[in-house]
Amino acid sequence: MNDWIKTFPTMESEQLSNLRRFIDASFRSFSREYGDALEHLFDPLREFLIFSERLMTQSPWPMVISAIALLAWLASRSRKITLGTVLTLLAIGYFGMWEDTMKTISMIFVCTVVALVLGLPIGIAMSRWDRLQRAINPALDVMQTMPSFVYLIPVVMLLGIGRVAGMIAVVVYAIPPVIRFTDLGIRLVRKDLLEAADAFGASTWQKMFNIQLPLALPTIMAGINQTIMLSLAMVVIASMIGVQGLGQPVLKAIANQYFTMGMFNGLAIVGIAIIFDRVSQTYGKRLQKHLEVLHG
Amino acid sequence: MVEAMTPTSAVSTGPDGVPSNAVNISIKHLYKIFGPNPAQHLAAVQQGMSKQELRDVHGHVLGLRDINIDMAGGAVQVVMGLSGSGKSTLIRHINRLIEPTAGELWAGEQNVMAMNPRRLRLFRRERTAMVFQNFALFPHLTVQENTEYGLQVQHVAQKVRRDAAMRWIERVGLKGYEDSYPNQLSGGMQQRVGLARALTNDAPILLMDEAFSALDPMIRSDMQSVLLDLQQELGKTIVFITHDLEEALRLGDRIAILRDGEVVQQGTGQQIVLKPADDYISSFIKDVNRGRVIRCRTLMTPGVTVDGPNVDASLVLEEVARVLSAAGKEAANVINSRGKLLGSITMSDLIAAMVPPKADAASEPA
Repeated sequence: MNDWIKTFPTMESEQLSNLRRFIDASFRSFSREYGDALEHLFDPLREFLIFSERLMTQSPWPMVISAIALLAWLASRSRKITLGTVLTLLAIGYFGMWEDTMKTISMIFVCTVVALVLGLPIGIAMSRWDRLQRAINPALDVMQTMPSFVYLIPVVMLLGIGRVAGMIAVVVYAIPPVIRFTDLGIRLVRKDLLEAADAFGASTWQKMFNIQLPLALPTIMAGINQTIMLSLAMVVIASMIGVQGLGQPVLKAIANQYFTMGMFNGLAIVGIAIIFDRVSQTYGKRLQKHLEVLHG
Repeated sequence: MVEAMTPTSAVSTGPDGVPSNAVNISIKHLYKIFGPNPAQHLAAVQQGMSKQELRDVHGHVLGLRDINIDMAGGAVQVVMGLSGSGKSTLIRHINRLIEPTAGELWAGEQNVMAMNPRRLRLFRRERTAMVFQNFALFPHLTVQENTEYGLQVQHVAQKVRRDAAMRWIERVGLKGYEDSYPNQLSGGMQQRVGLARALTNDAPILLMDEAFSALDPMIRSDMQSVLLDLQQELGKTIVFITHDLEEALRLGDRIAILRDGEVVQQGTGQQIVLKPADDYISSFIKDVNRGRVIRCRTLMTPGVTVDGPNVDASLVLEEVARVLSAAGKEAANVINSRGKLLGSITMSDLIAAMVPPKADAASEPA
């Protein structure tokens, strides 16, 4: 009796496999048709990736460490953080992971830049138009909750294995915080300040660049920090589709049960994660200096 | 007063600092209805639908009803009312931060209602400046940068706007604080920045929305003096919103009293205190210490010279009475801060004005 209560009524398996086959086939033909064109579209990005990787790996290591230390100092103005950065990098190099680490840092740098270039305008647009916000928010939810392995598949089908495919996967995974925090930060700007800007005859753009964005900057920095952390996490997963760097030895260690190798490379990732996090966070805090209340 | 001139004022201000371009503001039949569909209920409101009926039956809120105010150029027009009376809504109509439902608004020869967004922006940049109750200073900008803001919006060269801002920062007594951030200043100092920011714009119309209401009484009276001093030399058209009658009487050349979105009475401070239009206003003014709030400027007979001591136009009646009794005279000449003769005032004027009318006197506690 009542078969449909005990077993869930499903599509017939033949229909289901037809559906799958149909979607796969159309996507495959799409990628066969446009794959090359798309690949060329991303050529400038590939150049950028290769350039930044060469810069990091082929410059003499003392120069690279000095440059990173200088950046850390400029952003954080903290001796402790700068010293920590230098020591971490020295340890990583001493344990023989210099080259992989440089590749990972270069990848993250490019991914973060791309995420910012795309994410900031989208976030700004979302803050201005409620409708756009309602349309984009679910897309961001999907991007953040979809298991990251899943969207490696279409990217690889379209662009093949390699840097660019990896970068796209990383950016898709890491871009939501920049977009969300930019939107949020701009929306949180006090209404009376916007009214004051209006009263002085500021145009929409003048309000955006002189009032809204600067006041949203600490919030946006929190989003950028999140984006860096997410791209670091994703860079390891993206090593499955040929992204070079610290992810590769980790992958090898998993496959072959090399405990120490996995640990060392994992710790190197933790090390640069902490550097990025502390530096970008203290920078975000420095941006809020004007909020300190000094009078009694 | 050459040092008081800001760059854009070179054309608009005469050699002795007296403005040649004071702008009248004229508000005609202004209505404001808040709600999803204001236009639909306008006709009914114009024919006298009550605020209650509009709200309870139609779900719209009446902000302003049939406002007609003519504000004289170069004078201080106070709009007074309790909270919810619509006074903040009214002042935001003058630079169209709020769009009216119906009515006309003229600033000099300019029809503000007819302006497109571009013209309106120019009008706001060049003709108006505003001071806000909660200061609304930009927290990420220094005092200097805040003060420059109006000129920055107008794309004035950095050097020029820096000089202009510095001058006004000094004028409001904040020299030495130009690199501080607003959060590092006390409330009174912050509002000085707000005032400097508005004055640096050098617009002929100055809109002040409860500008001093958030300040302590002492600092408030201090700021009132600053404003009166500045106004003596600037002669801007100032629209000043307040809920405080003493402030209204001290600052206002003319006062309009708002209640439930309607003007109940308008006139000089003297007219309102001496001849309140209805019980509402009578109850308002009954506790006012007339001798301490009415300035002799509002009470004097213009142009007439008498044999007696000279008193400053901004002195209150009590102080004039003190001067007169010390000098043993019956009348005094009223002069402005530069010593120009404006009119005269007699002891009996003073006494008549200081004593409240009979009806109120009976109800006043001993």
